[in-house]
Amino acid sequence: MTLDVFKEDDKLFSVPIAEDSFDTYHLDPPPYSVETTKRELKQLYHDMTLIRRMELAADGLYKDRKIRGFCHLSTGQEAVAVGIEHALTKHDKLITAYRSHGFTLMRGGTVKSIIGELLGRREGISYGKGGSMHMFCESFFGGNGIVGASVPVGAGIAFAQQYNDANNVTIDLYGDGAANQGQVHEAFNMAKLWNLPVIFGCENNKYGMGTSVERASAMTEYYKRGQYIPGLRINGMDVLAVLSAVRYGKNFVQAGNGPLVYEYLTYRYAGHSMSDPGIAYRSREELKEQRANDPISNLKERLIEWGVFSEEDAKTIDKNVRSKVNDEVAEAEKMAEPETKLDILFEDIYVRGSEPQQRRGRTIDETYYRG
Amino acid sequence: MAAPRLFRPAARLLSSRLSAPRRPAFPQSACAPSILRFRGYATEGGVKEVTVRDALNEALAEELETNPKTFILGEEVAQYNGAYKVTRGLLDRFGPKRVIDTPITEAGFCGLAVGAALAGLHPVCEFMTFNFAMQAIDQIINSAAKTHYMSGGIQPCNVTFRGPNGFAAGVAAQHSQDYSAWYGSIPGLKVVSPWSSEDAKGLLKAAIRDPNPVVVLENELLYGQAFPMSEAAQKDDFVLPIGKAKIERPGKDLTIVSLSRCVGLSLNAAAELKQKYGVEAEVINLRSVKPLDVETIVQSLKKTGRIMCVESGFPMFGVSSEILALAMEYGFDYLTAPAVRVTGAEVPTPYAVGLEQMSFPQVDTILGQATKLLRL
Repeated sequence: MTLDVFKEDDKLFSVPIAEDSFDTYHLDPPPYSVETTKRELKQLYHDMTLIRRMELAADGLYKDRKIRGFCHLSTGQEAVAVGIEHALTKHDKLITAYRSHGFTLMRGGTVKSIIGELLGRREGISYGKGGSMHMFCESFFGGNGIVGASVPVGAGIAFAQQYNDANNVTIDLYGDGAANQGQVHEAFNMAKLWNLPVIFGCENNKYGMGTSVERASAMTEYYKRGQYIPGLRINGMDVLAVLSAVRYGKNFVQAGNGPLVYEYLTYRYAGHSMSDPGIAYRSREELKEQRANDPISNLKERLIEWGVFSEEDAKTIDKNVRSKVNDEVAEAEKMAEPETKLDILFEDIYVRGSEPQQRRGRTIDETYYRG
Repeated sequence: MAAPRLFRPAARLLSSRLSAPRRPAFPQSACAPSILRFRGYATEGGVKEVTVRDALNEALAEELETNPKTFILGEEVAQYNGAYKVTRGLLDRFGPKRVIDTPITEAGFCGLAVGAALAGLHPVCEFMTFNFAMQAIDQIINSAAKTHYMSGGIQPCNVTFRGPNGFAAGVAAQHSQDYSAWYGSIPGLKVVSPWSSEDAKGLLKAAIRDPNPVVVLENELLYGQAFPMSEAAQKDDFVLPIGKAKIERPGKDLTIVSLSRCVGLSLNAAAELKQKYGVEAEVINLRSVKPLDVETIVQSLKKTGRIMCVESGFPMFGVSSEILALAMEYGFDYLTAPAVRVTGAEVPTPYAVGLEQMSFPQVDTILGQATKLLRL
C-alpha cells in the first residue's frame, strides 16, 4: 500500500493504525489513523533511534565501569516515550519512575547532559547529584526511585494544573510492577473523585524486575485497574498507536471528562538493570520473538512502504544519530567531576537563600557554616 | 487509695483470666548462644571462610528446616533467588509454601507478614532494601512493634524484618540511607546490625527465634565479603544474644564504638593507629542497636578514658548521638577528653563518586579524628 503522501514535508495527511492496536474499557477507541506530516513521521523515527543509540552508549559505558550503581535501560520501549511526547506540548507535565533516560531526552534533556549525569559529572543534567534514576527538567518531574511512589505525586501535579486553571494534562507513568502498589489505587480514587486532568500510564513490559506479570498480578489487564476510570490498552510497540491514543486522551481529559488509565504494552530488551542479565526468567525464544517486533524497524518499514522516506534516508538518519551520540558522549566524558568540596556537597539541599546556616559533615571539623 | 481498691476485683478477674496460658514466658534458652553451651570456639583447623551472604543463607535455611512456622516472603526471594542472592536455593529446598515471591507492594506484604505473626507464624519479611521498607514503616511500627504492649501482653508478634540497609555504591539518595536510628528509637522493636559472617548468622537466627518483632539491618556492601567462621558458628544451633556487643579488638587508649560496615573501617583505622603511633584502640562491634549494650561500652570507656563512635547514619539524632549521650550520662567522670563522633554527612546521598565518598566515614576520617582526640 502506498499512501498519497504529499511531496511537501509539512502538509497534513493521514496514516492508518492497525485495528488490533487498542483494547478499550468504558471508553470509545481513539481514531485508527493519525493526522501527521512527513516531517513528524521522520522525527518520530529519529527520536526513537536517538533514544536507542543513547541507551546503547550507556550500556557500553556501564560495561566499561564508567557508570556506577543502577542503570535501567529502555531499549525496546522507545515508542512509548516518543509517542507520548509528540502528543504533548511543553506545558503538559510528565512524571515517571526509574527507567527515565528516554523520557528525559524527549522532555528536553540532551544526550550529553544525560550521559554526563550517568558519568557523575558536574555538567550532568542533575549536576552529578542524581544519577540514572533522578533526572529532571522543565515539565518533567523525574526520574523517581521508589516503585509506585511517583504515582500520587503525578496526581498532585495534575491537581496543581486544575488549581491553576491550566488546561493541560499530566502523564503519570509507572511500571507493571508498580501497578499493584496501594498508593496507585489511592491516586486513582482521588483523581476520579476530583476529576483531575491526568492520564495514568502503566508501561507494561511484562516483567517487574524478574517477576512476570502473571506471577505478580491477580488481574493483568492494567487498563481496567482504574475500575471506575475509563481505560485503554495500547500497542506500545507502535509509536503511531501511542501518538494517536495520547492525543485522543489529552482531548478527552481537557474536555473535563476526568482521568484515564492507559496501559502501554511494551517490552524491555535489556535486563531490569545492568546487574540483571535478563535471561534467567525469560527464554531466548521470547526475546528473539519480541525483537522481531522492534518499534523502530516497525516504523521504518511502514515509512518506506508509504513513501515517506527511502531506505537510504533511514540510513542517513541512523548515521547522523550515531555520530551525534558519539560526539555528545565524547563531550560528556570530557566534563569535569564535581569538586569534592563542602560547598558542592551541601549545595542545593535547600532552596538557595533559605539554607540553614550550619550543616554537619562527617565530623565536627567538617561542619559547614555559611553566615 | 480508694479508687484502685474499687477496681481491684475486676482487675483480679482479668488477670486470672489472662494469666498463664495467654502469656507464656519466652524460654530464654532458645536464644542462648551455643558457644555458651559448647564452651568456646573450636580449634583453628575448624575455621572456615564464609561470606556474609552465605552466612545469612545458612541461617535462613537452618531456621526453615527446624521451625515449620517460619517462612520467608519478599520481592524476588524465590524464583530469582533473591535480588542480592541471599535466599539462593531456598525455593528449591523448601518449596513455594515456605519461600514466597510477593508483588512489589511493601506496605501490603509487610502488613501481611505482621498479620501472620499475630496469628502465630514466624515470618521472615525481606525488604529488597530498607529504603523500600519506608513504604511499609507504618506496619513495622504501628502494627508490629506496638501491638504486644497495646494488648497488655496478650498478642505477641514474632516477625523478622530483614534486608540491606545503608548506602551501596552509586545508587544515590533514594537508595542509600541508614535506618538504624529510626528503628532503634522505637520501643517494642529489637534491632540488630551484623558486620561479620558470624554476626550475620548468629543474629539472624536469634532474630527469627526471638518472640518480638526484630529488624535485621544488613549491608549490601558486606554481602560478598568473606569472614572466618568458627566451628561453633558453623553448627546449626549457633545463635548470638541480642543486646550484646562484641569487642573485636581490645585496647587501652581509645574506645571506638561502631556497627555494621563501619566496624571494618574502624578496625583498619585501629591497625593504622597502632602502626603509626603505637596506640591501642579498642573496637567495639555493637551488633545490636536495640537493646544497646551500655555495659560493654561504659566498661571500655572507663578503661580507656576516651570514646569515639563511628557510623554511617545522618549525624543529627543518630546512633552516635545516643552513644555520646550515654557516655556522658554513665561515664562523665572517666572521660579524659570530650567524646567524638564520625558519621555520615547531613546530605541526601549524592551520586558522583567523589561526593559520595565525602558523605560517609572513610578510614582516614576515623584516623584524623582519633589522632585529634588522642592529641597525637
